[in-house]
Amino acid sequence: MAVYNQVETREAPSNSKGMVHWLRTNLFSTPLNSAMTILGIAFLFWVIPPFIKWSIIDANFAGSTRADCTGDGACWVFVRAKMDMFMYGFYPEVERWRIHLTYALFFVVIATFRYLKQAMPKIIIATIYFIIAFVLIRGGFFGLETIDTNKWGGLMLTIVVASVGIVCSFPLGIILAFGRASKLPIIKSVSVTYIEFIRGVPLITILFMSSVILPLFFPEGVTFDKLLRALIGITLFQAAYIAEVIRGGLQSISSGQYEAADAVGLSYWQKMLLVILPQALKVAIPNLVGSFIALFQDTTLVLIIGLFDLLAMVQVTGSDSHWLGFETEGYVFVTLIFWVFCYSMSVYSKSLEKRFNTNLK
Amino acid sequence: MDNKNDVIEIKNLNKWYGDFHVLKDINLSVKKGEIIVVAGPSGSGKSTLIRCINYLEQFQEGQIVVNDVELTDDVKKIKAIREDVAMVFQHFNLFPHLSILDNLTLAPIWVKNTPKKEAINTAMEFLERVGIADQAKKYPNQLSGGQQQRVAIARSLCKNPSIMLFDEPTSALDPEMISEVLDVMIELAQEHRTMVCVTHEMGFAKKVADRVIFMEAGQIIEENTPEEFFENPQSDRLKLFLSQILSH
Repeated sequence: MAVYNQVETREAPSNSKGMVHWLRTNLFSTPLNSAMTILGIAFLFWVIPPFIKWSIIDANFAGSTRADCTGDGACWVFVRAKMDMFMYGFYPEVERWRIHLTYALFFVVIATFRYLKQAMPKIIIATIYFIIAFVLIRGGFFGLETIDTNKWGGLMLTIVVASVGIVCSFPLGIILAFGRASKLPIIKSVSVTYIEFIRGVPLITILFMSSVILPLFFPEGVTFDKLLRALIGITLFQAAYIAEVIRGGLQSISSGQYEAADAVGLSYWQKMLLVILPQALKVAIPNLVGSFIALFQDTTLVLIIGLFDLLAMVQVTGSDSHWLGFETEGYVFVTLIFWVFCYSMSVYSKSLEKRFNTNLK
Repeated sequence: MDNKNDVIEIKNLNKWYGDFHVLKDINLSVKKGEIIVVAGPSGSGKSTLIRCINYLEQFQEGQIVVNDVELTDDVKKIKAIREDVAMVFQHFNLFPHLSILDNLTLAPIWVKNTPKKEAINTAMEFLERVGIADQAKKYPNQLSGGQQQRVAIARSLCKNPSIMLFDEPTSALDPEMISEVLDVMIELAQEHRTMVCVTHEMGFAKKVADRVIFMEAGQIIEENTPEEFFENPQSDRLKLFLSQILSH
């Protein structure tokens, strides 16, 4: 028989924490790991300094014409001179405040979302925002001059295509995911057929179909905006992928949640929207954002049906006879913008995950 | 045969999972205010039986009448029965994305259109009763198993059900948390709510049950008052079962 005294808690030994400990466990834990670390550092030394030299040290920033590019490095003067094209395409200069106002309102909307808990007011605000954005950018109401969609371009067009694609495909994807999980055979088979058909076809094909083949079915004289057709095509395409991502989330919900929702008396739609979907979406956030990032990049494909998005603007501006041979700068600049947008989405997704995490003490 | 006092009446119930005959010729009636404990080895169909009562499981043959409403696949009837029959699950099945308070007010607000304030007051009352009122703002995963199960009981009480079904409510709990849940259940039993409990807690059965039912292989083998059930088991199978669970 023995009785023991309670042991006081102590701090962990010093060799199990700190910088050296971190280096040893993360970078130099095994000989192979050490070799990889050294190779990695060498690679960075090989790549980064020349890039910095080209893009900053030897580069030209000031000026407005080709003659100002005297250094061996990048000629950012080109990007500067063509900045309006990159940002707005052919959108008339005097009307650009409408785009700026739309951007500014977007941040206002995001800010209000932080203070709204329920989903319904958010959906209403988002819908109102999209109507306002449409009226502002396209015009034709309240004395605003109509700006035809063939004048839209650059980053602004990329944002329009991506955000309409994201916002419209999301509810459609949810409905398709519910349809696929449904017990009713007709609804289920329609959803499965749609999803599997769309996922079997490349986006390019869908864009071609919507812009070239679809008009053949319209009666003569009926025209249908090219951008609108592309938006519909992208939405229908993306919805199938969103549906599969959400289905993954739905499958992670235990049958006990369905049973508990049934047992407390919720109807099918109450069960799905109040209990199942919020949990499924939370699980699906990383993959959803992954899909949205992919969509953001896929918007560059609208080039092939004659819409000039941000990437297409590099080709348009690069073929200007005064500025031949500066595509590299254009591509680097566009890459940077794409990265900023995609990384922001990624960061936003992390903050959403954190906000919805209810497992913390 | 039709007794006015019967709140649950099960006649010749048969159910199959595919080819597996899981419930065989079940006949059972439960009177208002009666406490029934269903015991038996795992896989004997006892959970399936009580899950049929609120139609979480469908059945192929027989009849179940709850509060004079016969269960069919008519959505309205299912809804009516579910409003009056509450269930507590083995794994609690609280909604993890909602706070404790929201777990309790969800159904009253959406199903019964109770004003939010009133729903919150009722919920807090029941949380008080199960001793968790101070945790109302927390989320389910921040609570211990015993606390979660007490919340689940409070949630099922919020719609003021006339019948409560318990599906092994203490089986997933750590041993030191079983008694806090049983205490709440004993208190409910003393209020003469109709209760059907699937449980292995024989102490609970002895203390509060009006009748104990022994099931094996999808059949009711024996049915008796708790005294007779434990002191004077009739069938060999029940004698064996009791010797196995009470021997230590």
